[in-house]
Amino acid sequence: MKDQTFTIKSNERVADGIYRMTLNGDASQIVRGGQFVDITVPGKFLRRPLAAMDWSGDSLTVVYKTVGKGTAQMSELKAGAELNVLLPLGNGFDASKCREKALVVSGGLGASPVYGLVKDLLARGREVKLIMGFNSAGDAVLVEDYKKLGVDVTVVTMDGSIGMKGLVTDAIRELQPQHDFFYTCGPKVMMKAVCDMLPGPGQASLEERMGCGCGICYGCTCHTKKGPRRVCADGPVFDKEDIIW
Amino acid sequence: MVTEVNLCGVRLKNPVIPASGTFGFGIEMADAYDLNVLGGISLKGTTLQPRYGNECPRIAECPDGMINSVGLQNPGVETFVNEKLPALRKVFKGAVIANVSGFSVDEYVAACERADEAPQTDIIEVNVSCPNVHGGGLAFGTSPESAAQVTAAVKRVCRKPVFVKLSPNVTDIAAIARACEQAGADGLTLINTVLGMRINIAARRCVTHEKYGGFSGRAIFPIALRMVNQVRHACSLPIMGCGGVSCADDVIEMMMAGANAVQVGAENLRNPFVCKQIVEELPSAMKKYGIDDLNSIVGIV
Repeated sequence: MKDQTFTIKSNERVADGIYRMTLNGDASQIVRGGQFVDITVPGKFLRRPLAAMDWSGDSLTVVYKTVGKGTAQMSELKAGAELNVLLPLGNGFDASKCREKALVVSGGLGASPVYGLVKDLLARGREVKLIMGFNSAGDAVLVEDYKKLGVDVTVVTMDGSIGMKGLVTDAIRELQPQHDFFYTCGPKVMMKAVCDMLPGPGQASLEERMGCGCGICYGCTCHTKKGPRRVCADGPVFDKEDIIW
Repeated sequence: MVTEVNLCGVRLKNPVIPASGTFGFGIEMADAYDLNVLGGISLKGTTLQPRYGNECPRIAECPDGMINSVGLQNPGVETFVNEKLPALRKVFKGAVIANVSGFSVDEYVAACERADEAPQTDIIEVNVSCPNVHGGGLAFGTSPESAAQVTAAVKRVCRKPVFVKLSPNVTDIAAIARACEQAGADGLTLINTVLGMRINIAARRCVTHEKYGGFSGRAIFPIALRMVNQVRHACSLPIMGCGGVSCADDVIEMMMAGANAVQVGAENLRNPFVCKQIVEELPSAMKKYGIDDLNSIVGIV
């Protein structure tokens, strides 16, 4: 773990209340999709934990929603501004658990943390089926990015404004995608429904309000079948069989 | 330039100590930097039995601070003594401060006795002030009588220096400090967090799962200074000053108010490297203010 100054390269609105920020700086310590960074927002006491969507030795991309004053302030930052970033944080998804075919199910902004995972799976030669759920066309993000990766994407929206109409679980029921391991990230109710309906093994990325983000304050502990675990440091990705919903 | 301080015979190479609850059991940070730059580490609070603590959310953002309602999550004193302390001692040579909480005098005594027996422990810090636990620590720390009762009971079983960590959520902290001194305390740590709350306006309920939590961070620094100063003038015990410290200047200010050593709390949560940075800044800050020996400024105000 290190803290480092990154410079904002771009910070653009990409959907309703959702922004994509790309920063210049060395993010090569991140090794797995689902890991996150903790960003200092000017005027706020605690950092804001955000999943690393994409990263490299000289760049880091995060996609975030303006949910409170901190993230609203972040959305107003301009290119050239400097931000202190703590990274890499969290365990991330384990792409090696998939042997042949992966099913990836995202809900809303959960499309961001699985981007690195999908790239990793593709690099390992795995076949990836991605089901992306959104409320409507207005909050659909990253669909084009995934199509550029050449991954098989099905988009589902609650209102049917793009893609199939319904829930991700409807899409799973209809498509019956073959897979030996699944990964999911999105609202808790969605992930629970996905884990409940899929019989095989999988991983889900949990979310909790955090203090430190690096395992020292125990502010984000959750119950698991293996005992109490810190979402920030022991997670945020947990094996399906260990999660207590 | 002298930065070394002495707490009841325990020598610290400098007065900087991460505060209990903001630095895990120390080992969590061992990969981030060499912990040996620190004077000491006050470890996450331990109780006799393992505790899950409170449900989430446990954290709320505040202006210049934060609220926590972790609720003393810890694996219990046996695991603390058998696993956490030996693991830390492998990588840390400085002062190890075992912070202990309890829900009855007997629990305090049993947990302190185990922590005291451990060869890795240098100082016992008795938390009589955690505001998170219903009917728990708060009751002991809020009256001179009960604070003295716990202090005396713990002192009977401990051979190592016992520091009592005081709550700021009291009317007269000087009276409680004097009661602890008379009951045999070797030192005092203050202040613990200030009881606070935040409300999520849109949801019409508290931000944290527990209604109230402990407010800490830079915003409480003036309160901590004032209380350290009051206690400095009320008794002669060594003091670990704590509350809102975020930089080397704050360390000096806290020592001038009366602290012999200084704990850094919530700031670790926004900057996990802050204690190391403070240690590095300290010599230049001392030079700036013409201080040759930190011990010479303790309680000068």
